[in-house]
Amino acid sequence: MLRLFKKILTTGVVTEPVKAPKDDELEQLGIKIKSHIDRKFSGSIAIRQVDAGSCNGCELEIHALNNPFYDIERFGIHFVASPRHADVLLVTGPVSRHMQTALLRTYEATPNPKWVIAAGDCAACGGEFGVSYASCGAVANVIPVDMVIPGCPPTPLVLMKGLLGLMRK
Amino acid sequence: MHAPNWKADFLKQTDEAGIMVEQLAIGPADLWQIASDDWQRFAQLALQHNLRWAAGWAEQARDWFLINACFEREGRYILLRTRVHNPKPELPSQATVYPAASRSERHTQDMFGVNFAGHPDNRPWTRHKAWPKTRYPLRKDFPVQGEPEAVTPPDRDYPFVKAYGAGVYEIPVGPVHAGIIEPGHFRFQAVGETILNLEERLGYVHKGIEKIAEGRTPEQLARLASRVSGDTTVGHCWAACLAMERAAGIEIPPRAALIRGILAERERVANHLGDMGAICNDVGFAFAHMQFARLRELWLRCNEQLFGHRLLMDRIVPGGVDCDVSEQAGIAIKRGIYQLKVELGEVLPALDLNSSLEDRLYTAGLLPEAIAAAFGALGFVGRASGQDFDVRRDAPYAPYDRLTVKVPVETQADIASRFWVRYKEISVALKLIGQFIDLLSPGDLRSAWKTPEAGREGLGIVEGWRGEIITYIRFDAGNTIARCYPRDPSLLNWPVLEKLVLDNIVPDFPVCNKSVNGSYSGHDL
Repeated sequence: MLRLFKKILTTGVVTEPVKAPKDDELEQLGIKIKSHIDRKFSGSIAIRQVDAGSCNGCELEIHALNNPFYDIERFGIHFVASPRHADVLLVTGPVSRHMQTALLRTYEATPNPKWVIAAGDCAACGGEFGVSYASCGAVANVIPVDMVIPGCPPTPLVLMKGLLGLMRK
Repeated sequence: MHAPNWKADFLKQTDEAGIMVEQLAIGPADLWQIASDDWQRFAQLALQHNLRWAAGWAEQARDWFLINACFEREGRYILLRTRVHNPKPELPSQATVYPAASRSERHTQDMFGVNFAGHPDNRPWTRHKAWPKTRYPLRKDFPVQGEPEAVTPPDRDYPFVKAYGAGVYEIPVGPVHAGIIEPGHFRFQAVGETILNLEERLGYVHKGIEKIAEGRTPEQLARLASRVSGDTTVGHCWAACLAMERAAGIEIPPRAALIRGILAERERVANHLGDMGAICNDVGFAFAHMQFARLRELWLRCNEQLFGHRLLMDRIVPGGVDCDVSEQAGIAIKRGIYQLKVELGEVLPALDLNSSLEDRLYTAGLLPEAIAAAFGALGFVGRASGQDFDVRRDAPYAPYDRLTVKVPVETQADIASRFWVRYKEISVALKLIGQFIDLLSPGDLRSAWKTPEAGREGLGIVEGWRGEIITYIRFDAGNTIARCYPRDPSLLNWPVLEKLVLDNIVPDFPVCNKSVNGSYSGHDL
């Protein structure tokens, strides 16, 4: 037990400051923020992450948002286990046809007002997989998308700036 | 160390059994062609000779189909091949002999319409409702775009195994899971808290990878292979490039091989760090979760700084690599390794002596050796259950052929064992990275590409962080891909999850699952 406490104490706090993104940075990310949404979500958003067909690369980086360096919960952004608890669906992957109904149902199960973020190149435009007999391509081909965070995969910092853009007052 | 003669013995036996074997070679494997009627009989003999069933796939050529099955023993591979004809392609199933072949054959049935007679489970596997039962996406007459409905309906009538009796109840989970993980469906039958049976239903992230691989150039295929499974981007890209290079008859420069080795070992370390933390998290041990998450992040930042990508995507290219390790970078990597060792030296003793962690991980998720062997469990899952196999040591490819790879094996077979085997694999990987850096000498990073003749084929077999990856490639005319099949180790490890959760409690399923951590994307393709 002492070893454990010692390691905790010597590690200290590694969480890094992150500046709220500026308008031009958000524009660089291709993010268009609607001001009325900002008010509704200011201070706290609950995210339901949905992998609709991703290769798992995006999930790894979304996971990293919860590590002690990024600690995204300090900004009131947290991941929830059910779409019924969520304000935001964070969708990754090209939407595989086998996941199409599941994604539609998850969208329906999310209460209004809601907001959909397509994270990663596949979610943004279909990426390497595109549209085929097995893939619907971009998330926007299946449900309305409010915001896109590109990258293959987007780094935690890019994801974080995108999410913070949502909460801008 | 190896008995050199098992192939000769085995051939004698097949001869006595009246199976005609036509012998050829492809890449590192012997290619044996037999008549389709002997398909199952061959498997029976192979099982008697302790051959491991490693992979299976099909390919269409005009109006017939080539059916392949890959076997391995002591690091030597046999690629078994037969031919079945349209309009009613059929051959006896090997799944009755090797349970490992079951899902692979179901995949081939769904994708090619080849019937494996006598298969113990004739339900569809990869196909849900995205295409009709009578159409087969990997046949040449099936267009890439298919004829999908506006909204693909859910696969509602898949006949799951049922359990009846007083107090037996069913828990359906997924495809959308409660965490930040990939989609798949699990159907539990339980009594009280105890799991009586678990049935997996995968295929939700089927993206048509095999189909859209066709017609690509080598560069484009490498990019696709990098995205077969995002956590194994180095492993899959390497296997695909190796297969293409063998088909084209290209040797990559020694420096490129060493850098590939460094990338692959870095990927192994990153994934093991993340998963060891996640295993601890699944039993509520936040300290370890946060420490491992921190160490993984530091490791990934080093990747970004030195190789330009946190997950090392697209660093391997056909003919070599697209990145270099300068002398300074080598020093930085070694410094990172030293720091990681010091930190692990502090974190691991704190875990080892923690009784609550011990309580949850020891004896949970037990995978007996016999079951691991029967299903051909790979990587750390197999090695924690006595399966002493590692491609890097047993069928070495450059740069692993230049040094000795130590392979940690345990027989304790529980979650704790899979955890500690992974820790030991980190130590081995760190040592290998250091050795690769020391071996680096100035030289090219990429060999010139030679367009292979139409019909040339290659097998790429590498040890990814989850275990053996087998990728098959055949070229068409004009430097394009005619057929690509990547076999992720998850194909063989998913079925053992169904076995190792039995008699565990439902709340322990997440930690059991994490201790295996199969790839959904790599499996569904």
